[in-house]
Amino acid sequence: MTEKIGKGVWVEIHNIVLQPGERAPQVPVDTAKVPLEMCVKGFLAEPAAVGEEAGIVTAAGRRLRGRLSAVNPAYQHGFGPPVPELSMIGQELRRLLAERELRDES
Amino acid sequence: MKADSYQAIMAQRNEIMRQSVGIDYQKYATGVLAFDYEGLMADTGYDIDRIREVQRRTAVGATPLVELPNLTRLARLLAPSGHGARIFVKDEAANPSGSFKDRRASLSVHEARQRGYPGVIAATSGNYGAAIASQAAKAGLRCIIVQEAFDSQGIAQPEIAEKTRACEAYGAEVIRLSVGPELFYVFLKLLKETGYFNASLYTPYAVQGIETLGYELAQQLYERERVFPDAVVVTHAGGGNVTGTARGLIEAGAIHSRIIAASVDLSGLHMASDHDFNRKSFTTGHTGFSLPFTTWPDRADVPRNAARALRYIDRFVTVTQGEVFYITQALAELEGLERGPAGNTSLAAAFVIAQALREEQIVVVQETEYTGAGKHPIAQLNLARRMGIEIRRGDPKAGKPGQSIVIPESPEQLAVAEVDLMRVRHSYLHNALQSLQKQDTLTAADYAFLAAETRLDPTTVEEMIDELIGQTG
Repeated sequence: MTEKIGKGVWVEIHNIVLQPGERAPQVPVDTAKVPLEMCVKGFLAEPAAVGEEAGIVTAAGRRLRGRLSAVNPAYQHGFGPPVPELSMIGQELRRLLAERELRDES
Repeated sequence: MKADSYQAIMAQRNEIMRQSVGIDYQKYATGVLAFDYEGLMADTGYDIDRIREVQRRTAVGATPLVELPNLTRLARLLAPSGHGARIFVKDEAANPSGSFKDRRASLSVHEARQRGYPGVIAATSGNYGAAIASQAAKAGLRCIIVQEAFDSQGIAQPEIAEKTRACEAYGAEVIRLSVGPELFYVFLKLLKETGYFNASLYTPYAVQGIETLGYELAQQLYERERVFPDAVVVTHAGGGNVTGTARGLIEAGAIHSRIIAASVDLSGLHMASDHDFNRKSFTTGHTGFSLPFTTWPDRADVPRNAARALRYIDRFVTVTQGEVFYITQALAELEGLERGPAGNTSLAAAFVIAQALREEQIVVVQETEYTGAGKHPIAQLNLARRMGIEIRRGDPKAGKPGQSIVIPESPEQLAVAEVDLMRVRHSYLHNALQSLQKQDTLTAADYAFLAAETRLDPTTVEEMIDELIGQTG
């Protein structure tokens, strides 16, 4: 038995907008093979469990229904580790400018 | 057919558009292709002073024009003697939501409010979404942003993920979709359901909002140096940035400043491909938008696009993803300005262009954008690596979009590739002919319109069209 999430919790719902067979005629083959999916966040309108059908009220005040996919979903984007291919650029350029100035002075 | 099926909604597109923009585009038609572009722009009733007044109320615009002396020194190191123009940048990241898109959004949202719409909707995965959400918050309007945000594996493009966060921070509802042009169908359905204003990037308001950018930069430079810029380099995607900036420069009297459009080369990647979606390290300012929109502007989410870049572009160049990442790092470490990568597309081009100009000349890069989590070279390169894209130092021109990103080893490796404007014009005329119905015959007004669109004389247009008709029989 999955736990019910309470009304008013910030959640995300997921819907299939178009099935693979319903995609627009102009989409490339790889895109045509997969559904058009939609995710929207909002406050849960009534208690529901993850994976179940649920209703939400969005930030714009609209009532939407879909499969409850995440509870208080995190913002996952960040930076990740520094990229070595970028790390030396500043030093290289400062050295180049310094060498030039030394040459100009001499 | 279900009332909200793809076919049913697409069939209602003209009616939905008319309701949601409040402009009767039909009344501007002057031929089978031709329409009164200047009439459409003038009928908004906004002149430059009025736009500035609207923008001042929400602290949009009046951004600093910053000289980049260290990048100029570097350019002079590589340029022939006596060459290496001074480089300036308009620091548009200083706008409320962090990009020049606030200028476009301010006028759109102001107009929506004036006309009594209860809310605004914009279909955008970029800075414009945050700009609309920010303006709507201040105006007290509801806001929905529709994004193409993730691929079929559920992997979000980090820059778009950051835009989701920013829009939500401003209190907007964000509809996140997987890859595909049917975003437009969802967008139309929402406009129909809500009766909100279509805050398209391509209405006259959204383009006129940028006129202040060109106007300001001309004025700021003139006040400081008593000259107008020799060249203004503009990151080019859908055409609004080029069009609005150029119109503003003309309005300020800077009629001799060369308008140079710059895009990131993403050739070979399909913009509607689920597979290619996360193999692009740039979500805007790239050829996937700029080439289709320059060669046929009327593919937008309004019947007539107010962004008509080909009317204003003097030169069109591309740079590689690796070059833009390199100059982004250089801007941070030599000039102390950490700014988002896509906005630096024009800076990468300007760095090269400056080397061919004389020392006393001035080149202005007309935007920066904010940077942060997701919206950063590090985030983009880490995603690229995860998607199997090779990243290395070397000759940037060896990079192949979707397969490799080559970061220059030294600044002299930065170069621009010319886009042949005659080919672009040819392609525009080809697309114009393709848009005709069988029974349509071009009138004198159409030829004059096409001449204005392509900046060719009417006789050349007629010759090129005859040749195209001959080819297609």
